[in-house]
Amino acid sequence: MIKKSAAEMAAALSAGELTSVELTQAHLDQIAKVDGDVHAFLHVDNDGAIAQARAVDEKRKSGERVSPLAGVPLALKDVLVQKGIPTTCGSKMLEGWRPPYDSTVVTRLKENGIVILGKTNMDEFAMGSSTENSAYGPTHNPWDLSRIPGGSGGGSSAALAAFEAPLAIGTDTGGSIRQPAAVTGTVGVKPTYGGVSRYGLVAFSSSLDQAGPCARTVLDAAYLHEAIGGYDRMDSTSINEPVPAVVAAAKDGNIKGMKIGVIKELQGDGYQPGVLKLFNQSLEILASLGAEIVEVSCKYFDYALAAYYLIAPSECSSNLARFDAMRYGIRVGEGSAEEVMNATRQVGFGREVKRRIILGTYALSSGYYDAYYGSAQKVRTLISRDFDNAFGKADVLVSPTAPTTAFKIGEKANDPIAMYLNDIATIPTNLAGIGGMSVPSGLAEEDGLPAGFQIMAPAMKDDRMYKVGAALEAALLTKWGKPILDNAPALGAK
Amino acid sequence: MSNISRDDVANLAKLARIDLSDDELNHLSNELAVILDAVARVQEVAGEDVPPTSHPLPLKNVFRVDEVRPSLTPNEALSGAPAQEEQRFKVPQILGEEQ
Repeated sequence: MIKKSAAEMAAALSAGELTSVELTQAHLDQIAKVDGDVHAFLHVDNDGAIAQARAVDEKRKSGERVSPLAGVPLALKDVLVQKGIPTTCGSKMLEGWRPPYDSTVVTRLKENGIVILGKTNMDEFAMGSSTENSAYGPTHNPWDLSRIPGGSGGGSSAALAAFEAPLAIGTDTGGSIRQPAAVTGTVGVKPTYGGVSRYGLVAFSSSLDQAGPCARTVLDAAYLHEAIGGYDRMDSTSINEPVPAVVAAAKDGNIKGMKIGVIKELQGDGYQPGVLKLFNQSLEILASLGAEIVEVSCKYFDYALAAYYLIAPSECSSNLARFDAMRYGIRVGEGSAEEVMNATRQVGFGREVKRRIILGTYALSSGYYDAYYGSAQKVRTLISRDFDNAFGKADVLVSPTAPTTAFKIGEKANDPIAMYLNDIATIPTNLAGIGGMSVPSGLAEEDGLPAGFQIMAPAMKDDRMYKVGAALEAALLTKWGKPILDNAPALGAK
Repeated sequence: MSNISRDDVANLAKLARIDLSDDELNHLSNELAVILDAVARVQEVAGEDVPPTSHPLPLKNVFRVDEVRPSLTPNEALSGAPAQEEQRFKVPQILGEEQ
């Protein structure tokens, strides 16, 4: 049962073929069996999950109307607060903290009867592309335990690939939902900025952060997207419009006559040949389904990575000032308030977080502000214009999600620039605030590891990427004869 | 190559309230120089005529009605505090003896 899709699990629940308690227990058993190897979870809420499942079962038994995903379990990235449940953001700074309130995403999951199994591992405060920056140790890719599961949301994507949960929540500031999806053979969606509330999402870079759905199928991601999306008065940047009809789009999957734009700048040098080959095969499939493939140029994308690594650290240096050892989190040292802050932040933050805070402090300091942060904001305008022009020629834009398949744990840990290059194809959408999705494109011929196909759509046209993603997914399933994850090795055999 | 001295990094760390170790100061001054060289290229295209974008949404002054709504109790708000006293956050001394 745990290998089914969330939609299939939901159907079995509503048909009375199994209970949510049984389904939840099966996933808790799988976590107990494999998470010693994978380390996708930082906290597993065994009792709470069973209690949530029991409540849904009782509702269903009494004939009460329940939502489509009611009773289906989910893994929650540890950057979203859940009342009473430890939330660390992968940092020592918040060790032992139990938030006194629910994030809006959690409130909506609960309203929909979705069972929260626990909190997933991540790069500290969502800064990283490999989950190696977690203060609690790395997560291992279920395809090859010596490799990274992507980041920052590596725990959420690994949990899906290891069948520890059929659904997960991620957050994406520069690719942290999509790149982990790509390297684990799963689906990840960064909705339009403002499409899902950020209330209760511990802020890294507020103008870029966006929570979104992670799943093993495009339709499952769509159901989850509709469950968590929509206007929230607690987030002043939340868009007050209906959620795009993503479930209908995922069920439709008809792309006849759609124009698909291939971004010239997001391929070629730096991309693994096997990843590019799968990308081109996917394009051929989409063309055979009736889509028109056009090439578009976004010449300022070459500057996106540089702009991102000024904007994100600048916003992070400001946002993380709240960790001052006074109101929550750890407190270290004695003496004046300033001495305690200095000592606590030295002990509480890891290497990458400190690097970004210092870089951001530099970029925002007087004398350098215009040259660095100011210039990066201008590049942001140029990138949005590139997107506007490209969307004048195509309904969606596509690229490989990440330039390579999963690399070895430790391989890039001492080279920040090489690590940052992982996000080269995902960052532009965050800068422009539009939506992006990653769906599996296959296994690269060099290493047999999964790669991702990225689909981008204009703001609040998220339904378009679900349509294209569902079309590609269905065609590849027919071609392969089985889901991509059936090729992953069995875990927990010992 | 950008010129970031160890003293520059020490000053940034002071501003950011992080008590970096000697090793970290040495390491970070080298790393920052490399990273700044890589990101400085934004200046190549940031012309006078390009307006800056600080945020993806064109929002201005988002207000909500000023009304009393349920919120955290004092005990809930203090539940994560490293130290508390008389329903308040207890913090180390902020001003020096002479101030």
